[in-house]
Amino acid sequence: MEHANIVHRCFRCGYCKFPGDYSDLNCPPHTVFGWDTYSCGGRMWLINAWLNQEIEATPHFAEILFSCVACANCQEHCVYPFKEDLLTIFEEAKTELVNAGIVPPPVRDYFKAVHISGNPYKLPQEQRGHWAQGTGLEEYSGQEYLLYAGCVASYDEVGMRMARSVGSLLKEASLSIGYLGNRENCDGNEVKTLGEAGLFSFLAEKNVRAFEELGVKKVITVDPHALNVFRKEYPKLGAEFQAWHFSEILQKAVKEGRIVPRRCELTVTYHDPCYLGRHNRIFGSPRSVLRAIPGLRFVEMRRSKENSLCCGGGGGNFFTDMLGSGPESPARARIREALGTGAQLLVVACPTCAKMLTDALKSEGAEARLEVVDLAEVVRRSF
Amino acid sequence: MDRILDALVQIVGEGGVSNRPEELWYYGRDPGVMDPHEPDYVVTPRTTEQVQEIVRLANREGIPIVPMGNGMALTGLVIPLKGGIVLDMKRMDRILEVNERARYALVEGGTSQGKLKAYLEEHHPTVRHSIPDAPPTTTIAANVAIHGQGRLTQQYGFNSDMVTGLEVVLPTGEVCHIGSCSMGPYWFSKGPTLPDLSGLFLGWLGTTGIITKVGIRLYPRKKMRDVEIFATDRDDLVPEIIHRVTHTEMTEDITVWFQPRPLMFKDNNHVTIYFTADTDEEMEFKKLMVWDALREFMDSKDGGFMSVQPLRETLLEMPQRSIAAFADVPKGGGFEYSGPITLVDEYPAYAEKVKQLASKYNVVYSGTARMISGGHAMMFGISFAFNRADPDMIDRVRRAVHEATEFALERGAIPWKPNVEEQKLAISRMDPNTVKLMQLIKRSLDPNGIMNPGNWEVT
Repeated sequence: MEHANIVHRCFRCGYCKFPGDYSDLNCPPHTVFGWDTYSCGGRMWLINAWLNQEIEATPHFAEILFSCVACANCQEHCVYPFKEDLLTIFEEAKTELVNAGIVPPPVRDYFKAVHISGNPYKLPQEQRGHWAQGTGLEEYSGQEYLLYAGCVASYDEVGMRMARSVGSLLKEASLSIGYLGNRENCDGNEVKTLGEAGLFSFLAEKNVRAFEELGVKKVITVDPHALNVFRKEYPKLGAEFQAWHFSEILQKAVKEGRIVPRRCELTVTYHDPCYLGRHNRIFGSPRSVLRAIPGLRFVEMRRSKENSLCCGGGGGNFFTDMLGSGPESPARARIREALGTGAQLLVVACPTCAKMLTDALKSEGAEARLEVVDLAEVVRRSF
Repeated sequence: MDRILDALVQIVGEGGVSNRPEELWYYGRDPGVMDPHEPDYVVTPRTTEQVQEIVRLANREGIPIVPMGNGMALTGLVIPLKGGIVLDMKRMDRILEVNERARYALVEGGTSQGKLKAYLEEHHPTVRHSIPDAPPTTTIAANVAIHGQGRLTQQYGFNSDMVTGLEVVLPTGEVCHIGSCSMGPYWFSKGPTLPDLSGLFLGWLGTTGIITKVGIRLYPRKKMRDVEIFATDRDDLVPEIIHRVTHTEMTEDITVWFQPRPLMFKDNNHVTIYFTADTDEEMEFKKLMVWDALREFMDSKDGGFMSVQPLRETLLEMPQRSIAAFADVPKGGGFEYSGPITLVDEYPAYAEKVKQLASKYNVVYSGTARMISGGHAMMFGISFAFNRADPDMIDRVRRAVHEATEFALERGAIPWKPNVEEQKLAISRMDPNTVKLMQLIKRSLDPNGIMNPGNWEVT
């Protein structure tokens, strides 16, 4: 492990468990399982113990590491100078376990699915572009922008609805934009987070080459997870394209008058996706779009922006489901928090969050009081 | 599955108990320098009834129980010295009542300092509690159980003095209510005018029962806070400076700190004076009173108010994150301290001793004194940071802290949250009849000796 020499510096003080105001625990696996071992400090101490051969790499140790949702709340609130390295340390430890073949079965199955099928759903590549049907979008052929959907927005029903909203809206804004359809490949963000460095390199290099061959210079992502690797990892592999999240493009289009939001006479709150917010510091764009919608009353949840509570789907947990869907799952806690604001709409900007929170809303039996909708849909639809 | 594990699962469910190597390893140590010792089980109860059942099981089976908040005492108080069950209380974290007019809050035994702070700020913004500078994960019950201090200790005494009632599971499994809550619905008094039984549990380090609910006093939250630092390079003047400042009765907290790094702080004592007020005029008046009280030291050029602007944000934080950050000074994730309670007049001797010990053992020091009850006493924190990956440095810190405690007890101090060795030192100095009384209490409450054995062993 490259960062092995700093793992012992964690004091396990626990600032990393909280949001900035300390109102509640903000580390999803810790809130679900309850053991300090599942917190950031717990992981740091256990990794150190493992490196020092004081404990062995058991399946439980692997569960503790792989249940991390990579939400970066710990990085946000750690008091030490190595805070920026925390998720990298966890990733490196997971890589060691992957290399040793010690991974929880759902993680193993995830890797196999992505490796064999190119997506975690084990669905045919030919279905990747089905989400675009009826949007009027054309396949990419040198347009100014490429709209990249990602696996969840390509295959999951809720994610596909979001991709359609985004695609339709950008089309209405007269952007020169195309999508890849069955030429699109997995971006690899979750593969990387789960420690499969080899598979990530394979996926990323494939995408970099494909984008280069197609002459892609500008990419708009539906999925903040894709944005994350496009901005932070792909340039290391030679990628030269620029990447934006669709909320950034919407903000600009609304400001320029190319998109005119419909009226919305509802109270609305917004859930920050971890990979958009904490990871890429994009807090203002979605809020700016929402505030431009006539009639809309915007309310913040107590945990918002850099203090946002993760939906629980990050770090591959959307697929591996290691946190489960019980009452203490972060998605259900987030729904309860949204209900507490009195909002009628919970707006999301990430297909993973959309699916997690839609399911949690059902589990909480609160569908009559709250609706989970994506940012593009709020702009397009009258409420 | 072993029999005890099976019984614990019956009480708290599978998700509430672990005997897996990872939890046993983690809960067998704290961030200080004490040697680890692993428990046999870790349990996270959710209700008082579950705690009762666990205690009854432990009595039947003769298994030790160690109640734990966040385990940040740093002196090994939650290390299960004789194995058994570590009871991680943090899942009992509900805030049950806030009585704004009577100014008290009632919380469960695992409620964190941070959670109560945030809750009060949102729902009861006119009141606050005495939050310590320990991380916000630390629990209110554990803090009072070790006679912790907080931001309001200078004004109102130890945080344990602020307790307004307790619900305790006794070592034999009965639930006992202490104070006004034993007779009615209100949690406004832990003792007076009844016999004050809270003393059977406060300061006993979890050896006489498990606190499952605690009532705690709240105090007015003024609209503004500010801080000033009066610096002097003369250790011998600090007691008089404190005496004059506390005489004004104008301040919230008063701490004095000294440290060698960064160099701008070296050789100075920083008397840090916190103010609260509802208006600018009130703030101005309070500062003026303190300024006048210290004018003589400024005129003689023995001290002066330094610019606080670069430090203001850090100093006004509650809790102060910079205190945890001290652990990384030697880039090693640890610090340990001895925190004797003693007279403010002792400050010069202690300050000298800290520097001597740091030099003798070649370790990084930080000294902090927090005033208690208007200068009635002070907690003198003698802190040494260490590198967790350097066993030799850990050993040097351990010896430095031990010598600091010996020094303090020799001079008539009493130890705060003492580790096992410090407890033995304390007991060896106690009046034999005091020890005998402690024995009587301990034997009566915990006949099977299951509660945090190894600590306060007076038998």
